[in-house]
Amino acid sequence: MDVEAEEKTVSLPPAVKKYIEKQKAIPGSLIKVLHKVQEHFSYIPRSAAFEVADIMEIPVAKVYGVITFYHAFKLEAPGQHTISVCMGTACYLKGGENLLEELKSMLGVDVGEITPDGVFSIHTVRCLGCCGLAPVMMIGDKVYGNVTKEKLPAILAEYQEN
Amino acid sequence: MAKLTREALENLRKENVHEEAITIMVGMGSCGIAAGAKDAYDAFVEELAKAGLDDVVIKKTGCIGLCYSEPNAEVAVPGMPRVLYGNVDCAVARDIVKKHIIGKTPLEGPNALRSGENIEIDEKQQRIVLRNCGVIDPENIDDYIRREGYCAIEKALFEMSADDVLGELKTSGLRGRGGAGFPTWLKWSFTKEASSDEKYIVCNADEGDPGAYMDRSTLEGDPHAILEAMAIAGYTVGASTGVIYIRIEYPLAIKRLEIAIEQAKEYGLLGKDILGSGFDFDIEIRFGAGAFVCGEETALLASAEGERGMPVPRPPFPAVKGLWGKPTVINNVETLASIATILRNGGEWFGSIGTETSKGTKVFAVTGKIAHSGLIEVPMGTTFRDVIYTICGGILGGKEFKAIQTGGPSGGLIPADQLDTPIDYENLQALGSIVGSGGMIVLDEDDCVVDVIKFYLEFSVDESCGKCSPCRIGGRTLYNMLRRISQGAGKLEDIPKMKELSHTMQKASLCGLGQTTPNPVLSALRHFEEEFMAHVVDKHCPAKKCKGLVSYRIIPEKCIGCTLCAQKCPVDAIAGKPREKHVIDQEKCIKCGECLKACKFGAVKYE
Amino acid sequence: MISLEINDKKVEVPEGTTILDAAREAYIKIPTLCYCPDLPASGACGICVVKVSGSNKMIRACATTVEEGMKVITHDPEIVNVRRNVLELILSTHPNDCLQCPRNGSCELQTLAEEFGIREVPYERRLRDLPCDDSTGSIVLNPEKCINCGRCVTVCQDMQNVYALEFLGRGEDVRMAPAADANLQESPCIKCGQCAAHCPVGAIYEHDDTKKVWDALADETLHTVVQIAPAVRVAIGEEFGYEPGTLLTGKVYTAVRELGFKGIFDTNFGADLTINEEAYEFFERFVNGKGALPLITSCCPSWTDYMEKFAPDFIDNFSTAKSPHEMLGVMAKTYYAKKMGIDPSKIFMVSIMPCTAKKYEITRADEMFASGYQDIDVSLTTREFARMIKSAGIDFPALPDGEADSILGEYSGAGTIFGATGGVMEAALRTAYFAITKKELEDVNFTAVRGLEGVKEATISIDGKDVRVAVAHWMSNIETVLDRIRKRRDEGGEPYYHFIEVMACRGGCVGGGGQPYGATDEIRTKRAAGLYRDDEKSTFRCSHHNTSIITLYKEFLDKPLSKTAHKYLHTAYKERRQYLH
Repeated sequence: MDVEAEEKTVSLPPAVKKYIEKQKAIPGSLIKVLHKVQEHFSYIPRSAAFEVADIMEIPVAKVYGVITFYHAFKLEAPGQHTISVCMGTACYLKGGENLLEELKSMLGVDVGEITPDGVFSIHTVRCLGCCGLAPVMMIGDKVYGNVTKEKLPAILAEYQEN
Repeated sequence: MAKLTREALENLRKENVHEEAITIMVGMGSCGIAAGAKDAYDAFVEELAKAGLDDVVIKKTGCIGLCYSEPNAEVAVPGMPRVLYGNVDCAVARDIVKKHIIGKTPLEGPNALRSGENIEIDEKQQRIVLRNCGVIDPENIDDYIRREGYCAIEKALFEMSADDVLGELKTSGLRGRGGAGFPTWLKWSFTKEASSDEKYIVCNADEGDPGAYMDRSTLEGDPHAILEAMAIAGYTVGASTGVIYIRIEYPLAIKRLEIAIEQAKEYGLLGKDILGSGFDFDIEIRFGAGAFVCGEETALLASAEGERGMPVPRPPFPAVKGLWGKPTVINNVETLASIATILRNGGEWFGSIGTETSKGTKVFAVTGKIAHSGLIEVPMGTTFRDVIYTICGGILGGKEFKAIQTGGPSGGLIPADQLDTPIDYENLQALGSIVGSGGMIVLDEDDCVVDVIKFYLEFSVDESCGKCSPCRIGGRTLYNMLRRISQGAGKLEDIPKMKELSHTMQKASLCGLGQTTPNPVLSALRHFEEEFMAHVVDKHCPAKKCKGLVSYRIIPEKCIGCTLCAQKCPVDAIAGKPREKHVIDQEKCIKCGECLKACKFGAVKYE
Repeated sequence: MISLEINDKKVEVPEGTTILDAAREAYIKIPTLCYCPDLPASGACGICVVKVSGSNKMIRACATTVEEGMKVITHDPEIVNVRRNVLELILSTHPNDCLQCPRNGSCELQTLAEEFGIREVPYERRLRDLPCDDSTGSIVLNPEKCINCGRCVTVCQDMQNVYALEFLGRGEDVRMAPAADANLQESPCIKCGQCAAHCPVGAIYEHDDTKKVWDALADETLHTVVQIAPAVRVAIGEEFGYEPGTLLTGKVYTAVRELGFKGIFDTNFGADLTINEEAYEFFERFVNGKGALPLITSCCPSWTDYMEKFAPDFIDNFSTAKSPHEMLGVMAKTYYAKKMGIDPSKIFMVSIMPCTAKKYEITRADEMFASGYQDIDVSLTTREFARMIKSAGIDFPALPDGEADSILGEYSGAGTIFGATGGVMEAALRTAYFAITKKELEDVNFTAVRGLEGVKEATISIDGKDVRVAVAHWMSNIETVLDRIRKRRDEGGEPYYHFIEVMACRGGCVGGGGQPYGATDEIRTKRAAGLYRDDEKSTFRCSHHNTSIITLYKEFLDKPLSKTAHKYLHTAYKERRQYLH
């Protein structure tokens, strides 16, 4: 597999580095560290993964093994705003799939892809635990419940202004 | 805040704050916040400030379980019955302040859900696990302490031996609430007996079953109950470190746990020499990262150790060889949530609730096609009928009941003729399902059983860790067979093949995920054979859900050629000139149903 | 001891025995696939399931230890059917091209399918479209054939401590891949080939160089010559039905002559040469204080690659002496060519090695071209060699014993034991003793450094001084040794060890990545025993007694560590990056 030549090499910012250096002493803290890195970059850049491996003295192979195992970690930059449609049972029964199709059609992209203007990317997530409000979706950290096709344009508009 | 002595703790408990004050409790669990509880809360505050009512206490609480009516708020004015309001938006909030609090006249109408002295949700429920949810402010440790908080750990540390605690648990009959139903006292005793320099208590907060959110609500509403229980476990088995492994998809629960741990540490209720007993116990939090399989014990441990979450063969069991190879107790959130109450009220009391084999209460998340979807806590032995019709208001929209799916992707379907079954571990197993973590998805006549089990199988395939062949390969093979059936390409010989494959997966998969992946299929074949066979043999989906088996057609006699349907069709599958009969091209049709919606003449039929 | 019942037969085994091993006591072979005796049981495949009374579950025999009073059923219609089903599932995702696969005839999946009598696979076939990775030129990764048994990852990570391979992804997307999904050449891979040696199927195998050799043999303008490593002679027989460890040197010589090689040499000669250089290197450092101690052997190219990537702080400690086959290679294209009057540009040198890393070594640095040409043109593994013998129609077992060309073919016992872990150390000590004391050893055997223990230590008294040596094999054992040295170095005290031998493969070269499949500790021990037998019956037991070596120095090299020796027989090391990204 070729390494993406265009992806610029990013460095971990000092605050994140400091955090990692502190976590290093705690055995098994790799996942926590990766969450921190992703929090900053919104995904885990390749160079960041190598840096994590270096600081934590964990082989790169293991870091990548962990990143690719867990669906929460992304190796590619998502859109500015990540739309996560819940695919839990209640949401599925109450039309979650239709919501997903509608979003795909509205934004013209498939799951995991970014809109051309870079604003949105669509993802699915497994049961956010808000089943009473099915169907549910999250944009960033905000949870939207009882979402219908009709409500979508207004919700997305909130983010398109910025 | 200084570290508490026993005396100081007792004094705190007795502090009589707020009893005479007017109190508003706004449910601010994740659902509440998603439904707008924050805005309602702010509206309350604003309105109270406007009226100069600065001695009204307004609390953020956890979720009370009435998810269908979020945001919820409870109002307690001394001398008046307490009232629980639902669907509280800013306007309703302001109304409540004006009319109920100032005007002393509670609101009536659809927002007033119930009123009375005891707003226990209803008499069929019994709140042990959820006793503090919706009542206390989870971000205020004093609130917890005032409701007998940290009583049980105090009792254990100073009045009970480890064996005494085990004795109470044994009498209580508490079984693991994560799904396996293993006797909790027995699990703790294995770890207690194991000799090791280090032991661990792990709380499994990886609640991954889609449709189950009992643990989330418990952690968001009453985090201290878990902390206290873990400390009790540590005391009993000889562990001084606790780890809470929690899904990263539960940010509010994480935040509340972090605050709770911080506050408990400040009071010395966690850390060194708790209450001067000489017992040390610390708790740290570790995160999941989107892997359902990490709810399985050995996979959870691997993940807590920072590795890929892949299970390992058992025996040896985690109780003997767990986190970092040391003896470890792994308990589900709900299991832990009952511990303190059991120690306070006695194992016998807990054992008097429930059935012969399944003691105590169970929290269920009832969702799907149910009128009042939400969390309920009922004694084991409550029937499904009571759950659906007495407590949760029956089927949404008055439709016909079809089945309850219990146990998530590892479970099965309970058909209508089993509605009077008392819910307990053994009864559900006999029916080919499991209690599981407590998710109950209600299906009505519009839901297709094949479609639902296909959904679960897709989930299991997606979440498989990939380590063992039976699950990694068998899961997908089983799913593909189901998908073909739902698309009308099923064959009669598929049935015995699926049964054989299911059996192999149950026997040869490395962990519970693979072992239970076939359960929905087997359950559907057992209880809904007719509906299943309709798909396979007749190529017909009775509920009209399976897109591959439904078709949209135009009834020529009714079509006047208005062209509306053709205009709406997103894939140009409808041909026809104005005022001529239109026809839908079955090859192009993507079964979106827009034509049916558009037609004003009832000329589109769907079968 | 634990008593249990297996298929109603009473069996007694020590505590901690697995059901799988206990079953052998009852003459039962429970089928396995992912299980490998070298590695901890992972429980991945699901083939070895058995029933235990009192439970309706099936458990994995490879991973479960016996308990007192256990009642195990290893075979009944239900169990066999479940196993067959699992196998069918695995086959449904595995390519069907056995006839064109490098593991045709030696594949563990193939064997299992045969034993189960599979005639059809009742499930849809789902194959993955994943590319092959031949970036190292030594080891080829073919993830399409991977059955996710996990052996290669466990070997590379836990056993070799290299972490070049890992599983990426989850569920049905799980695939075996180099670190960070780069290619193998960009990863820390040290080409030891242990992944290939442990792979049960054709998902990892050696890069096949036989065509180059066939072409060379057919080219009449070339003077093809060959050298055979020590570890080959005690293992090649396994490809023809012999017991592991059978010493078949004579047949090998005849076989290569039949293949058409014009010069038959023995890497053991090169080993003797290496010892002559290295022993005097040790002399310089130990007696004259010139150079860092401990002196570390460098004949294992996986080890030197590991050192350059992971422990460059030890570069100064490494012996600059080349490995035996490289030394012989350069001598073939200089000394031999001159003496025989052959144009060195026409000499095509093939080395037959138990090793996959040698394919990398032959172009590793400029010094590998010291003769003015590539000193070794091709390095083949034992497995490739066996295939060549078979395709040439040579009836190996029927061959009479032959001879090598003594000019570069004569060897001492010290040379032949290079193939076993501890052999290099023992050989070196025999000559170092002479170099330091000018006297011969009475007993040339150093049994303390023999055997399969991960790290072996010994203290030898030479001329009244204590020489502390260590021998390590299987790379995960080396960090402990290195850390001890580092600590002492930081403290500024006497070196913890004076001389260290490291071999990357378990058992030394006899367990090399290019050897016949299925090596277990039992087989490695047998192979090594063959070499020690070869040593015992040798005319000369010490490298410095090898008459051809003595002649070589007299006529060409002058003396060990001479300018000429340095020109041809020594190399240098440099720090290398673990990841090329």
